[in-house]
Amino acid sequence: MSEHANDKELRILQGAPQNEAAHDDGHDHEHEDHAEDDTLRDFTLDLAAVRERLKEKSGKQYWRTLEELADDPHFRDLLHREFPLHASEWDDAVDRRNFLKLMGASLAFAGLAGCGRPDVTHIVPYVKQPDGMVLGKPNFYATAMPFGADAVGVLVESHEGRPTKIEGNPDHPSSLGSTDALVQASILNLYDPDRAQTVLENGEIRSWSAFLDAAQELASAIKAQNGAGFRILTGTVTSPTLAWQLRKLLAQYPLAKWHQWEPASGDGAREGAKLAFGRNLNTVYMPGKANVILSLDSDFLASGPGHIAYAKQYARRRKLDGPNDTLNRLYVVEPTPTVTGSSADHRLPLRAGDIELFARALAGKLGLSSPVPLSGEAAKWLEAVAKDLQKERRASLVVAGEYQPAAVHALAHAINASLGNVGTTLYYTEPVEAESTGNLESLRELCADMDAGKVDLLLILGGNPLYDAPHDFDFTSKLKRVPTAIHLSPYYDETSVYCHWHVSESHYLETWSDARAYDGTATIIQPLIAPLYYSRSAHDVVAAFSDKPGLPAYDAVRAYWTEASAHHDSSIDVAWRKWLNDGVVPATKFAPIAPELKFSATSLPVFKPSPADQIEFIFRPDPNVYDGRFANNGWLQELPKPVTKLTWDNALLVSPKLAQKLDLAHKIASRGGEHGQVRSTVVDVALNGSKVTAATWTLPGHAENSVVLPLGYGRTLAGFTGSNKGFNAYAVRTSNALWVASDGKITPTGDDYPLACTQYHFNMEGRQILSTGTLAEYQKNPAFAHEGVGAPTKDDSLYKEFEYKGYAWGMAIDLNKCNGCNACVVACQSENNIPVVGKDQVMRGREMHWIRIDRYYANSESAASGKATGDPTEYNPSLDNPQTFFQPVPCQQCENAPCEQVCPVGATSHSAEGLNDMVYNRCIGTRYCSNNCPYKVRRFNFLRFQDWDTPQLKLLRNPEVSVRSRGVMEKCTYCVQRINNGRIEAEKQNRPIRDGEIVTACESACPSEAIVFGNANDPNSRVAKLKAQQRNYSLLGELNARPRTTYLAAVRNPNAELEKA
Amino acid sequence: MSVTRPPVGAPEIRRLDPVLEPGHTYASVTDKIAAVVLTRPLGIGWLAGFTLTFSLVMLLFGSLAWLIVKGVGIWGINIPIGWGFAIVNFVWWIGIGHAGTLISAILFLLNQKWRTSINRFAEAMTLFAVACAGIFPLIHTGRPWMAYYMMPYPSTMGIWPQFRSPLIWDVFAVSTYGTVSLLFWFIGLLPDLATLRDRAKNRFQQLIYGALALGWRGSAHHWHRYQSAYLLLAGLATPLVLSVHTVVSFDFAVAIVPGWHTTIFPPYFVAGAIYSGFAMVLTLAIPLRKVYGLEDFITMRHLDNMAKVMLATGLIVAYGYFVEFFMAFYSGNKFDVFLAQQRLHGPYAHYYYALILCNILTPQLLWFEKVRRNVAALFVMSLVINTGMWLERFVIVVISLTRDFVPSAWGRYQPTFWDFSTFIGTLGLFVMLIFLFVRGLPAIAISEMRELVAHESHSGGDHK
Repeated sequence: MSEHANDKELRILQGAPQNEAAHDDGHDHEHEDHAEDDTLRDFTLDLAAVRERLKEKSGKQYWRTLEELADDPHFRDLLHREFPLHASEWDDAVDRRNFLKLMGASLAFAGLAGCGRPDVTHIVPYVKQPDGMVLGKPNFYATAMPFGADAVGVLVESHEGRPTKIEGNPDHPSSLGSTDALVQASILNLYDPDRAQTVLENGEIRSWSAFLDAAQELASAIKAQNGAGFRILTGTVTSPTLAWQLRKLLAQYPLAKWHQWEPASGDGAREGAKLAFGRNLNTVYMPGKANVILSLDSDFLASGPGHIAYAKQYARRRKLDGPNDTLNRLYVVEPTPTVTGSSADHRLPLRAGDIELFARALAGKLGLSSPVPLSGEAAKWLEAVAKDLQKERRASLVVAGEYQPAAVHALAHAINASLGNVGTTLYYTEPVEAESTGNLESLRELCADMDAGKVDLLLILGGNPLYDAPHDFDFTSKLKRVPTAIHLSPYYDETSVYCHWHVSESHYLETWSDARAYDGTATIIQPLIAPLYYSRSAHDVVAAFSDKPGLPAYDAVRAYWTEASAHHDSSIDVAWRKWLNDGVVPATKFAPIAPELKFSATSLPVFKPSPADQIEFIFRPDPNVYDGRFANNGWLQELPKPVTKLTWDNALLVSPKLAQKLDLAHKIASRGGEHGQVRSTVVDVALNGSKVTAATWTLPGHAENSVVLPLGYGRTLAGFTGSNKGFNAYAVRTSNALWVASDGKITPTGDDYPLACTQYHFNMEGRQILSTGTLAEYQKNPAFAHEGVGAPTKDDSLYKEFEYKGYAWGMAIDLNKCNGCNACVVACQSENNIPVVGKDQVMRGREMHWIRIDRYYANSESAASGKATGDPTEYNPSLDNPQTFFQPVPCQQCENAPCEQVCPVGATSHSAEGLNDMVYNRCIGTRYCSNNCPYKVRRFNFLRFQDWDTPQLKLLRNPEVSVRSRGVMEKCTYCVQRINNGRIEAEKQNRPIRDGEIVTACESACPSEAIVFGNANDPNSRVAKLKAQQRNYSLLGELNARPRTTYLAAVRNPNAELEKA
Repeated sequence: MSVTRPPVGAPEIRRLDPVLEPGHTYASVTDKIAAVVLTRPLGIGWLAGFTLTFSLVMLLFGSLAWLIVKGVGIWGINIPIGWGFAIVNFVWWIGIGHAGTLISAILFLLNQKWRTSINRFAEAMTLFAVACAGIFPLIHTGRPWMAYYMMPYPSTMGIWPQFRSPLIWDVFAVSTYGTVSLLFWFIGLLPDLATLRDRAKNRFQQLIYGALALGWRGSAHHWHRYQSAYLLLAGLATPLVLSVHTVVSFDFAVAIVPGWHTTIFPPYFVAGAIYSGFAMVLTLAIPLRKVYGLEDFITMRHLDNMAKVMLATGLIVAYGYFVEFFMAFYSGNKFDVFLAQQRLHGPYAHYYYALILCNILTPQLLWFEKVRRNVAALFVMSLVINTGMWLERFVIVVISLTRDFVPSAWGRYQPTFWDFSTFIGTLGLFVMLIFLFVRGLPAIAISEMRELVAHESHSGGDHK
């Protein structure tokens, strides 16, 4: 907790008044917008109309007329709306005369337009500063990012009204103070210049009031039919207010229907719970309490509801302070390497379709059903796992994967029940999602209705079904049959094109809402900023069809919570302010329930495993762009995917053995090479009667006859960043094989395709880079990390020792906790204004991340030929299931820094507190420092990578960090701006900086608490204690660079029984 | 040096060729050399060559302009390969720039008469090579307009350069070398400029050469001071020949990068520099003597001697390669061992083998006198050696950076169009300057040749 003291304190110091300000702010805006809308409702005026008016006038009247026009309030409204992309004048050929007229008009009104919104904005400096706001000092507001069946509570840093950085909320159960890469990157979506910015009707700009009118008109027509023909399609809804609004709406239109479709969340858990308990229940795990965990294809440390909290709880059990500490043990059975599988003590690659067999066999072994025979490695494994689980009754945990079928979930429930784990390592609650309908069936029903012409009005709230619906549903042609389709989404995307109305959706940082976390805890989502564009939330759109059109989202949320909490309107105010301040609504966490298990493993139908040599095709959301919704997020596109280290593309993931069989190859390109560009074989994947062309990627540890088609790529209308990247796996995904398909065919096309991969070589080449051992080795020799490493003494340097009288900043990274999830990388990018360079530059080896996560495979022997070590396409049995380790590498801030000695101009020099400071203004860009850096953590602005022109991105930047131009070197600074903020606070209070008061961006994001920063001079600081541990070692310590960033060796806890084999 | 005159009529047993073919007088030497500058009409060959090289210079300017507009990202460099063609070319050009001063200064001090007819254009070549080299360190920086930060000027911020950095040593070493080479060359030119002034065919030439001759009248005082100054400058330049490439090698040797961090670098770089310098002198001398009929002045003796110097320095370079390998394995440093293996087996192995072929195997032919006396063979070999020396710098600079300490950061390098255009542009600049030089200034030192005539006739008389 201590590292969050900073955040907390900030909130306590500034909390209540700010929140009031925020609430007032939001409230006012809603009203203003509304008022404005009312005045605009009566008319519409677009450029075509202007042109018509101009045509009526002859030459001499021209200028006078323009002035008249300028005074016309209709015209002013038009100007406020900005000259739009889809403006009607571009549709038809404009003759020269008209063109000149238009240009004249534009010029005449340029002055007016330049003033922005003069009737709203008062350009007056603060005479009296708003309460709680100090210019130059950020404020933090609590809110939450809704995502699937979860919401992550966050504290958002706001500089003078601009949100710039997202931090975790320590009080929120889904966050516990940390975040993940998607949450960190979500702020970039807010400022994405490609977002849809207005309401459109058939591509023409409309005002919100016009939409409200149209909605009411549609509503009254539908009302006449009692709601028949009215369909609403949403994603998973965890917002109690939205669900309440939708239910009220459905009550008004009894024959209307609410459908849900989430392309990347499985129905298995829901169906499995129904199978096991007769109804849908939500499972909450407590991995921190389990000594033995078995994951059946679940990536619970890095995806799915609650994963940040799970990763935190899990990592706390990987703490190892001394040889007497114990570790938990994680077994993972999975088809494709994930973050969770890579962190496992034992990992068994198994086809996704075979996992059910494994689960049945485990149930059999535990006496829940008749024994099921397994063969080979799996049999041995099963034996050991079953024993281990039984040994740890009431302290073990079996987690079923999101994409596994219902049977696996039901079996997991049964196994957990039989091991006595229910109530100790997991519990059940009512479902978090407001409406528990099966995704697939719900969409199928909708498609059938659309096909039958039963749908007159379709309201699509979020989502992009045209892109991500199973391709056999042929959503496009069905959507064309719907007389009126309305789409609310943040981008004008594939679906929007086919809808009659498009309403741009507000970002969660722009609107009022609420959401439930994975354990039911509700958070009021409060806006950090007024909408940047003419965007609306789902609450507004639903309200438009209700009897209260134009009801602001704030009022809806307030109304729901007033009703739900049984407060009277006057007394809710106090509670409301506390809810906003804390970021959680108290007592909303769902109570555990003890459901009766109505399932017996023996009742399952006979399982017919597919032939062992049959290739299965599995669909998984991409770790970065998820189901495609983050496709236009440059940070996530450029983020190396945790295991593959690919950026900007997805690729068909195959095992080394299969790659050998199919003759798939990687050619390391001569430009960029291992740190940039690999050309891989392109294949045609024929599956489910459809075909897609994909690049392939050979991934060590992949189940042999299994290939993964990552979802979320191949978007055509994602925006500038996300369009036409990778291949579209949805094109071969059908409703009968949503997660696992077989009977496909892979044919190499003979082409190759360049993939941007930031780390290709995975062999440590016998160097002391990532020190690993087993618990037994550690207990025998706690200092095993130092074994065989010639540690130089301090005197082995030509230069004088630095002296540190005050602080000496240092960092310790516990490799035993790090699971490679990438949260730190994006957090750093967000905090430090790190530019996105694009695929071409990544392929040249020029990505700019200040912290990278290296992935190594242990014991990957070089192939027999003695060359090409570290190349997965050169098949070697050690690549079938290698142990995987992750190592975050920020600047090591060396004491004997090789970079400092070679800089000709002293642009990188040692600070009095031990940092290698980088002075951008002094740097002339010789790159000598980078050449001499043994860790290659320095990043160079080879070109002007920063976007200096897009106004939205200017708002995004952290004002405390320089925006670097081209030609200068940059690197991790240990978030020196945060150090200085901490110092200022401490000096104001005339006290030393407290341990944990300064939290670097990477540390604060890390769900595993693997990164610890602090004053190494203070023997009582957390970092000094970690550095005093015997596991602590320096990366390449023999070079005597004496890094201040040190690592704690990774210790795995293998089962001795499996080790022997 | 004792020269034994061979018996007349038995040329096949001559051990040494003359440094000046017999039969030349003061006048004939002066006429012949000055004619190239003053009277010879512009040939189509010269014009074509000049046009071609001038267009390459335009390519260079274009590339530099684009570089300033876009940034060094137009090149193939990346992380981890922060230095690419620019530094390779810099070291290569600086190396070539060694022969001139070596010939002029060291051989002068050692009283080697044969240096006389080649020293002038070797010095010119040095200057031009240093000029080409000097372009690169400036433009390879990310912000060349800030490069003056490397100079120790009294800044209002009170900041000095960081003197521990070898790049600062480079700034001083190269600029000193450039300055001294220029002075040395110019002072050596003075008597010849006066000769040209006196023989000038028109007022324009008279003015130009007259101004450049600084009032040289050939008085005994002038000659006395001239010779003292020349000797002093030779003395000053001599340590520079050794120091410049030593300092350049420190750029690498001081860094910790495997493949750079080697104590053999200073001598090995100096030897390599002389090696490539002599190769470049040959590359230029052979066509020059042919085209302008200067075979009498640049005789087989010169070519033979230069070939021998190349052979000797080539062997030192070979020894350097050997020691690099030996030390890698002897030290047992796993990074060095790995890099040595990578040179033989890695993705860039073919460059290394090409380097061995060019720099070690090819010059072994120079053991044979027949090869040393075959002008065509020498010319080809000089080109091969210059290629080899360029490859050597590529292997050192680039390949070492592709495989350093952390395997996750390993990468590869491929030059872009702009890398090549800049390099070829400097080749164009170099050759264009040589073209201008041979037509604008006496390519062979007339005054020294006249001394040689005196010397030869004197010593010849002794023998008769």
